[in-house]
Amino acid sequence: MPGLHYDIAHMLAGSLVLVSLMMLYQVRLTALLHVLALHAFVLAASVGWQAYIQQSPHLYITAAIALVFKGILVPVVLRRMIFRMGVHREIETAVSIGLTMLAGIALVALSLQVMLPVTAAVDPIAREDLALALSVVLIGLLMMVTRRNAVSQVVGFMSLENGINLAATGARGMPLVVEISVAFSILIAFIVIGIFLFRIRERFDTVDVGALDQFRGGRS
Amino acid sequence: MTIVLTVILGLVVLAILGVVTARLQAGRMLVYGGCLVLCLALLVAGIEALAAPVAGLSLPIGLSLPIGLPMTGTQLRLDPLSGFFLALTGLGGAGASLFAIGYGRHEEEPWRVLPFYPLFLAGMTLAILADDAFAFLFGWEAMSLASWALVMTHHQEHGNARAAYIYLLMAVFSGLTLLLGFGVLAAGGGGYGFEAIRAHPPTGGVAATVLVIALIGAGAKAGLMPLHVWLPLAHPAAPSHVSALMSGVMTKVAIYGFIRIVFDLVGGAPAWFAVIVLVLGGITAVMGVLHAMMERDLKRLLAYSTVENIGIIFVALGLALAFKANGVTAGATLALTAALFHALNHTVFKSLLFFGAGAVLHATGERNMEKLGGLIHRMPRSSAAMLVGCLAIAALPPLNGFASEWLLFQAILLRPDLPQWGLKFSIPVAGALLALAAALAGACFVRAYGIIWLGRPRTIAAEQARETDPLSVIAMVVFAALCLLGGIFPGVVIDAVAPLVQGLTGARMERQLQDAWLTVAPISTARSSYNGLLIFLFVLGSASLTAFAVHRLASRGVRKAPPWDCGFPDPSPATQYTGDSFAQPVRRVFGAIVFRSHETVDMPEPGDNRPARMTKVTHDVVWETLYAPLAGLVGRIGTVMNRMQFLTIRRYLSFVFAALIVLLLVLAVRQ
Repeated sequence: MPGLHYDIAHMLAGSLVLVSLMMLYQVRLTALLHVLALHAFVLAASVGWQAYIQQSPHLYITAAIALVFKGILVPVVLRRMIFRMGVHREIETAVSIGLTMLAGIALVALSLQVMLPVTAAVDPIAREDLALALSVVLIGLLMMVTRRNAVSQVVGFMSLENGINLAATGARGMPLVVEISVAFSILIAFIVIGIFLFRIRERFDTVDVGALDQFRGGRS
Repeated sequence: MTIVLTVILGLVVLAILGVVTARLQAGRMLVYGGCLVLCLALLVAGIEALAAPVAGLSLPIGLSLPIGLPMTGTQLRLDPLSGFFLALTGLGGAGASLFAIGYGRHEEEPWRVLPFYPLFLAGMTLAILADDAFAFLFGWEAMSLASWALVMTHHQEHGNARAAYIYLLMAVFSGLTLLLGFGVLAAGGGGYGFEAIRAHPPTGGVAATVLVIALIGAGAKAGLMPLHVWLPLAHPAAPSHVSALMSGVMTKVAIYGFIRIVFDLVGGAPAWFAVIVLVLGGITAVMGVLHAMMERDLKRLLAYSTVENIGIIFVALGLALAFKANGVTAGATLALTAALFHALNHTVFKSLLFFGAGAVLHATGERNMEKLGGLIHRMPRSSAAMLVGCLAIAALPPLNGFASEWLLFQAILLRPDLPQWGLKFSIPVAGALLALAAALAGACFVRAYGIIWLGRPRTIAAEQARETDPLSVIAMVVFAALCLLGGIFPGVVIDAVAPLVQGLTGARMERQLQDAWLTVAPISTARSSYNGLLIFLFVLGSASLTAFAVHRLASRGVRKAPPWDCGFPDPSPATQYTGDSFAQPVRRVFGAIVFRSHETVDMPEPGDNRPARMTKVTHDVVWETLYAPLAGLVGRIGTVMNRMQFLTIRRYLSFVFAALIVLLLVLAVRQ
């Protein structure tokens, strides 16, 4: 059933982009974390589907990692963190939601425009996957650039990584070792950023990264 | 070939020994003595390579070493061209080492000199010997870096650190330019070996690019205007024997690089390039000597005079290129011979003059000529040697400077009617500029010798000067003798360089040594000839006769003279003619244009007791119009860019993001 394979893979990858765009307009941190969890669930489903259609069992492990770590563990820990820091009700002063959404849509268009002609010779599933994965990565970056809160920058980073995962699984034959090491490095980064968040919070009483700049010496 | 390799290795070993033994008295003897022996070996190897009967430059004594760049290795080759410059390096290095055995005793911090001195020599040797671009640039940069360290020897003295910084900048500029040039050259034939480049010489626009790059890169190292600014700063800052090496030999390595690229690798140049070289050379010669004329600091004066001589050599090279481009082989041969001969002569007399400057510096602690004077009575042997050096650099017969400049003028007068309009103008102009430079050089060295060695001492330091140590004197006397020999027997040098010139221009000059009276006739006896020996004998005879007559016939009676005696009634030495007063006419003539100089006289009112004061202001036009704005621009860009150091993380992320988006957009648009 190649037609159905393709359609479902396409739908799941498209959903991931959709969830990424959803992230852009979440102003409350708790809601943002929920969307992050949803993002990871969609990723897990997409990877699982890839595992099924490519008949490569190791991708099920990747899907499980995505589900357990990114879908449950990371959001839960982040949630606990923001509750402990008491910032869960904070409303973010982002750039402006309408503008960010427009930029996000433009990025999706751009990545399709770039990727589709480049990958003309590739298997259609991988092709669509790559284009959509690139847009997820770009939207993750956009999120990191437009948000001022350190927690939402972490969220942007995690979603960016999800995009990379999607690209990696869409392309056939990615070894499990690479997969696991990427997941592991993301985990390390997550831990480091978490520790930093607490340090920042201890020092400056806020997780707004703008506050850091006021304390930096040597600005000219 | 093995000799030369051994020499390079030996110099590196000496550098290591220099680090170890720098604090011992024996270390100095060891390093300089070792360098002396190795340089003599270089001299012998170079002369041997010159004398070897080689047809053109195509029959090399080559060697490939498995070190250096992967896949390329290091190619070395000893052909007549590198042989000539090896001999020149060996000669200059041997002289400087001999001088340094004695002179180095006064060095307060020998550990700053001893490790770098052999490395400097090794770098120059490697650059000359290299037969691939990598080895050449490696040697070139080793030479630059080692000499930079030597310039920094007395870094506490005012201005030396700045001089070294500017020197380093210009050296890096020159190295990078040449790197670019070799890159362009290698692109044609697909290899960095000179053999591969020679096999596929560039043509058209590529050749033009390489030529201009070679002129800039080698010119910056040699001291061609307007890239000369580091030279009068850096050469005087180094210890005197190193100054001698830098002026006498290192600039010649730059000339070698130019000849190697332009004549050998590219194989000649179009007429427009010859015009550029001619005009730049002429301007360099005149400007260099004008600056030298104004200079009070003896070593800076010598450095500016080096700029002048580099100009002369470049005029000769430009002339050779012009003749070669038009197929006038005899002219090209003559001009190239003159260039090489003058390079050799400049090595000899400039080394000698720097030795003398070192002796004066050591004896008095002064480089400012306005505080010297009367040294001829206190340092008679050095003074005699320096007199020969000054006469030689002022191009007076029968010394070597005259012989080479005479050859050059013969080349200029040979064919002023080349077809290209640019050459029609620029050859006579370059000739006129050279004539002017030669006359000014005469004035300049009359001034230097007169103010420093004649008259009465202007300060106590000058009055208490002592003759320098015997080894230094021996070095000076040997070089003075070489000046004389080069002038009396120019045929020896002309015949020696003939095979090398033949390889580059395709013809050789007539053998000069076959004439019984050693007369040199570059083209034909009917046209012009020069006999150094006859002139020497005539000068010797007439001078002896005059001296005899004066001493014999002059009255021994006491003469009475009026008290007002040529403006010299006051016994104070301050009333003597000074260097500035000697330079004043020239400064007035050229000053307004070349130096933007002006003088102000502050005359006190009648009844006022303060002294009248005359102030002169001169500007370095090249520095102010070219370098100062450039430095200012770099500084301003730096200030603006400095803000980039202090952005927020989000801004940096935004930059990365924006860069990524722009690249993706480019990709999307281009496909």
